[in-house]
Amino acid sequence: MTHKLSGDNLTLIRGERCLFQELSFALESGSLLILEGRNGCGKTSLIRAIAGMLSLEEGTVYWDDVPVERVRQTFHGSLVWLAHRTGLKGDLTLVENLGFERLLRAHSSQDPEEVYERLGISRLKKLVLRSLSAGQQRRVALARMLLSNVPLWFMDEPFTNLDREGRVLVMELVEEHCSRGGMCVMAAHQDVEINVPTTRVKIQ
Amino acid sequence: MNQTISNEGQRDIPGMFAGLAATTKRDLLLAWKRPGDVLNPLFFFAMVCTLFPLAVGPSAEQLEFSGPGVLWVAALLATLLSLNALFISDFEDGSLDQFLVSPQPLPMLVLGKTLAHWLTSGLPLVFVSPILAITYRMPLSVVGVMMLTLALGTISLSLLGSIGAALTVGLHRGTALLSLLILPLAMPIMILGANAVSLAATNDIYSTGIWALGAYAIASLSLAPYATAAALRISNE
Repeated sequence: MTHKLSGDNLTLIRGERCLFQELSFALESGSLLILEGRNGCGKTSLIRAIAGMLSLEEGTVYWDDVPVERVRQTFHGSLVWLAHRTGLKGDLTLVENLGFERLLRAHSSQDPEEVYERLGISRLKKLVLRSLSAGQQRRVALARMLLSNVPLWFMDEPFTNLDREGRVLVMELVEEHCSRGGMCVMAAHQDVEINVPTTRVKIQ
Repeated sequence: MNQTISNEGQRDIPGMFAGLAATTKRDLLLAWKRPGDVLNPLFFFAMVCTLFPLAVGPSAEQLEFSGPGVLWVAALLATLLSLNALFISDFEDGSLDQFLVSPQPLPMLVLGKTLAHWLTSGLPLVFVSPILAITYRMPLSVVGVMMLTLALGTISLSLLGSIGAALTVGLHRGTALLSLLILPLAMPIMILGANAVSLAATNDIYSTGIWALGAYAIASLSLAPYATAAALRISNE
């Protein structure tokens, strides 16, 4: 089954400033949407608006051609969110953090150990997250993303804090996800080259 | 890493009570790992109650007269003190974003958090209060009534307070504003609670106050989670 995420005529005004207007996009299973632009141009606002966390002045986001407000639970049940603020608790260990996540969202049948191994965090399992570096915490957030069984990935600046291998790994993961029929929305200010059908939206 | 992506949508999502249980469990675990956050309001409560007689004089008559009022004011202030932190850390570390994009109904997740808050702030107050009540020369039969009013009252305070905490979460130093928002709603609870205890102490009929507190708790239980969820959506924009 394929899915479709589209936005029609999106406009967002913050205070006196119009961040973007009459912006439209469409994204199908197996492809990637990259939101590009300078710092402070509204990438994060746009990706938050698409995910349904910000209300738009005008325009509608559609999931499978239905406005997302009408299918909020299905839509949110189909996505996972990765952003600069990871949403992981510093006082809990990796396993405790991810265990909480399992109760909120559909999770994959994949063996967690494999995922930890691939992300290079398997020896950090017993440590509280506060004691990990920012990059390692990022990798834990990536593990949460991989362990959830959803078609739509939202990534706001996924390369922050990661080393070179980490950045390559993220690109590989996105590529694999899309080739399995998943889709990905990414806000990035770096040049991203991933070998999947890509739509780019540039915010002025 | 071969897996097929399930497109069944809702089928795999854990039920809404799983969401409630998950947030409760997580917050209890966090409270366990950071006991200071639980103990602070409790110390505050105990301190106010023990300092008061030192200031106004320890005569038996005065203590018996002021006991219910002092205990209730201290309980109200201790709860307000702990409410401020209800959503702050979730807001700062991005957990709130995760709640907002989760398929679980937000009011349920919020209710789970509020339940954990009550279990770690209201309930300890209920259990500490008898020790303090006895120092105010409160007879044992009245202590039971006081515990009941505190239990019912702190449920409402946690629930109503969660609305205020959600509204002020995006503001820096929103504590004063939170208290201002919540006090008008919290005042009746304190008046009813303290009054019921005083009536019990003078052998009058006190059950009216208990019923009213129960009604207040049920009303807040059914309305507050929705108001808090709506407030969080606005605050997190």
